[in-house]
Amino acid sequence: MKLTINGTEHEVNVTDDIPLLWVLRDELGITGPKYGCGIALCGACTVHIDGAPVRSCTLPAAAVWGEVTTIEGLGTPSALHAVQRAWIEHQVAQCGYCQSGQIMSAAALLANNPDPSDADIDTAMSGNLCRCGAYPRIRAAVKAAATSLRET
Amino acid sequence: MGRLKTITRRTLLVGSAAIAGGVVFGYWRYKTPYENPLLESLGDGEAALTPYVRIDQAGITIIAPRAEMGQGVHTTLAALVAEELDVALEDVRVEHGPASKAYFNQVALEEGVPFAATNEGNFAEGVRNSTHVAAKLVGMQITGGSSSTPDAFVKMRKAGAAARAVLLAAAAEKLGVATDTLVTRGGVVIAADGTRIPYTELAVLAAAIEPPEDPELKDPADWKLLGRSLPRVDMVGKCTGTAQYSIDVRLPGMLFATVRMNPQLGGELLSFDAAAANAMPGVQKIVPLAGGVAVIASNTWYAMQAVKAIRCEWGEAPYPASSAAQFAVVEEAFANSHDSRYLDTGDVDGALADGADVEGEYQVPYLAHATMEPLNAVAWLHDGRLELCAGTQAPTQAVKDSAAIADLDTQQVTLHTTLMGGGFGRRAESDFIKTAVHAAIAMPGVPIKLTWSREEDTTHDTYRPLARARFRAKIANGAPLAFDLSVAAPSAIESQLARIGLSIPGPDISIVQAAWDQPYAIPNYRVTGYRAPVMTPISSWRSVGASQNGFFHESAIDEIAHAAGADPLQMRLALLTHKPSRAVLEAVATMSGWGDELPDGHGRGVAFVLSFGVPVAEVIEVAATANGIRILKAWAAVDVGIALDPRNIEAQVQSAINFGLSAAIMGEITLREGVVEQTNFHDYDAIRMAQAPAIDVKILENGTKIRGIGEPGLPPAAPALANAIFAATGQRIRELPLNKHIRFFR
Repeated sequence: MKLTINGTEHEVNVTDDIPLLWVLRDELGITGPKYGCGIALCGACTVHIDGAPVRSCTLPAAAVWGEVTTIEGLGTPSALHAVQRAWIEHQVAQCGYCQSGQIMSAAALLANNPDPSDADIDTAMSGNLCRCGAYPRIRAAVKAAATSLRET
Repeated sequence: MGRLKTITRRTLLVGSAAIAGGVVFGYWRYKTPYENPLLESLGDGEAALTPYVRIDQAGITIIAPRAEMGQGVHTTLAALVAEELDVALEDVRVEHGPASKAYFNQVALEEGVPFAATNEGNFAEGVRNSTHVAAKLVGMQITGGSSSTPDAFVKMRKAGAAARAVLLAAAAEKLGVATDTLVTRGGVVIAADGTRIPYTELAVLAAAIEPPEDPELKDPADWKLLGRSLPRVDMVGKCTGTAQYSIDVRLPGMLFATVRMNPQLGGELLSFDAAAANAMPGVQKIVPLAGGVAVIASNTWYAMQAVKAIRCEWGEAPYPASSAAQFAVVEEAFANSHDSRYLDTGDVDGALADGADVEGEYQVPYLAHATMEPLNAVAWLHDGRLELCAGTQAPTQAVKDSAAIADLDTQQVTLHTTLMGGGFGRRAESDFIKTAVHAAIAMPGVPIKLTWSREEDTTHDTYRPLARARFRAKIANGAPLAFDLSVAAPSAIESQLARIGLSIPGPDISIVQAAWDQPYAIPNYRVTGYRAPVMTPISSWRSVGASQNGFFHESAIDEIAHAAGADPLQMRLALLTHKPSRAVLEAVATMSGWGDELPDGHGRGVAFVLSFGVPVAEVIEVAATANGIRILKAWAAVDVGIALDPRNIEAQVQSAINFGLSAAIMGEITLREGVVEQTNFHDYDAIRMAQAPAIDVKILENGTKIRGIGEPGLPPAAPALANAIFAATGQRIRELPLNKHIRFFR
C-alpha cells in the first residue's frame, strides 16, 4: 500500500486492517505520533489527513484518504510551526508524551477557527488527555498561537 | 591505567558532601566514594571530571541522574552544575547517565523518619543524617519522594565547582600563569591578556588534576541560572516529536513484542493454546512466561492482535476476589492490626469520654498510575551482554533485576535511561522491564521492544492502596479540643520491598503520612495507623500516603470547623503553629479573596497539607450547575524554601492539582472475580480541558530547607474540592471518587 506522509510517498507491505499509527511507528519509524490507548480515547496519536485531525490508532492505514501530516511534518526544531513556537514560549510540556497530539489538534483547530473562544478550545482539545494536567498552559498557548497566526 | 586510577581516586564528590551530626556505622565505607561510572566508557579525548560532567571535543554533557518523567528535573539539576561550572544551559547536553550507585539518592530515606518535617531539633536532624549513611551503603539510585532537588542541591553544585576548578588549573598550567589571573565565562577560560580557551580543549589536561574536595560555592546573590525560570532542556524535543522515549527507540533488526499476564494479578498461567496466534500476520514467536505469555512480531500491533488470540487458562489470584471483600479486610485491620501511633498529644480518650461532637468514616479506592506512555522497554541480549533502553525511576534496581533474569553479572548489563512519558511512582517498578528481558532471552541477538497495551497497563498496575479512615472530635470555643484519626490500609512499602526481596522492619509510616505530622496545635490529638495485609500489588503513587491522608485529615478538619461554627480557613490559621505554614494559608486567603461574597450556588473549600516538607494551602471554587459540579478556579500557595525555577514549580503545582482532582472526581480501580474491572481511559479517565480549572500559584521561600515539589501540590486538591462541594451544596462526601455521589460537569 502507498501512503503520502509529510510530503513523501512510502510503500509499505502490511495487512489492510493495521491502523495508520502502527504503520507510521513500527514500519516507517515516524515516532512523533504516540501510542496511548489504541481506541481513540486519548488523542496522543493525532495526525492530520488533508488537514483534518484524525486519531491514527483506530484508522486502518488502508482507509487513509489523503496526505498524512505528523508532528514531524508540521514543523521542526529549526523551522517551528506557530503552534509549536507558542508551546515552547509557554513551556507547556511536562512529560511531553501527549504533546504531539495536543499540538496537532490545536493546529487543526486554528486552521479552521482563527479566533477560538474558551468553549471552542474546550471542544477541540478535550479529546486529548494530558496526565500531567498541563491544561492551563495548553489553553494559554493555543490563544497565543491564534494571535500570532492572525497577525501573520 | 595509571591515569585512570588517578582520576578514579579523585573524582567523586558524593562522599565529600557535608554530613553533620553523628554517623553511626561503617563510617570509612561511607566516606569511601563510589567510582565514577563515566570513566568506564570514555573514548579518546573525552574526560569525566566528576560523575556529573563529561567533556569531549564536541562539547559538555551534564549527567542529571534522576528520572525526567515530566517534572523538569533535568533542567533544574543541570542548572545546578551549569551555574557553578559557568556554562550556558543551551550549550550543554543533558543525559540520565549510566545506572550507578554513584548516583545514589542521599535524602530519599529521610521521609521515613518518625519526626515531622517541622521538627528540626538536633535529635531529629541527627536521625535524618544517619539515613544518609544507609542510603549511601544501599546505593539506590531512585527518583521519588520529591527528593531530587534537595538531594542534588549541594552535591551537583559542588560537582560543577570542582570541574570548573580543575579546568581553571589546567588553563593556568597551559598558559603558565597563576589561576587567580583567569576567569571563566560561558564555557571558556579567559586569561588577563584576553586569550580564550574553551573547556573542551582543556578537559583531558584537567582530568589529571586533583579536584578540590570541598570547593567553594557561589553566593546565591551571584546566581545567573538558579532562582530564575529557565527554558526546559527537553521542551523543543517534546514540542516537535523528536524527544525520544523508550517506546520510540529503534535499533537495527528490532522486533516488537507485547505481553498478556494473568488478569488475576500474581496468578499462574496453567496452560495455553497459541495455535491460532502462531498463524497470525507478523508473528515471529510465542514466549510463555511465569504467569503470562508474550508475543514477538514484526509490528507491535500484530503482536497485540496475536496475544489476544491465545487461549489461556489462568490460576486464581492470591487475594480476596472483590473490592467489597478487600475493603472488609481493611475494616478488620482497625480491630486487630495496630501499626503505628506517631502522634498522641494530651488525653484524647479523656476528652472524648462523653462522646464526640462530630465523627465520620472515610474511604478511598485503589488507583492506577496511568502514565500517558504505556509501560515498555527495549531489551537486547548480544555478545554475552544485555542492553536495555527503558524509562525507569530506579535504574540500579532495574539492572539488578534484569541481570538476575538473564543470568548475568550486573556489569554485563547496560541500561540507557530515556525520557519518560509520566512516572508518578509506577516506573520505580521493574516488572515491565523484566517482561522485555524475558522476550529478549527467547530471541538472543535480536533487539526486542516490548510494549504493554493500555489495557495491560491499567489492569496490571501496582496500585495506590485502598484505605479507610475514621475520626472523632470534640469541640470547644469554636475549635477542636480533641481530634482522633485512625487510618487503615495495606502497606505500599511492604508490597514494594517484597518485590525486591526485602521486608519492612517496623511500622509503615506512609500509612499515616501527612496525617500524624501536621503542624496543628490541637490539645488532644492522636493519629493511629492500622496495617491491613497486602492483597492486590500496590506501590507509591504520586504523594504516596499523603494522597489519601490529605483527604481524610483535611475533610475531617473541615467537618470540625463547620460543626464548631468557625470559618474553615480562619480556624486552621488559628491552629497552625508553624510560620511557613501560616504564611501559605494567609497567601491563599489573599489570592482567592477568601470571605468575599459568592454568587448563588458557588462554594469554596480550603485545605492545608504539609507533605515532603512542603506546606501547601489550596482553595477551590465550584459552582453547582444544572449540568453538575463545575470547578471554576483553584489557588495554591506553596513553600519550597528556595525556589530554583519558579515557572517550573508553578507547572508542578498545577500538574499535581489536576492529578489530584482527576483521582478525586473519577479515579477508581475496582476488582471483580480477582480481575481489575477498568481497562482504558473510558473507565479510568482523568480531567480534560473542559473540566480543568485555571490555577493560580504563589511560591513562598520562608522554609528553612530546600524542598522538592513534584508531589506536595497533590494532597490538598481532593479535600479542597470536597470541602467546596460541601460549601456549595451542603453535601458532605466522605468517599472517593466523588462522582459516585454527585454529578460533575463534563
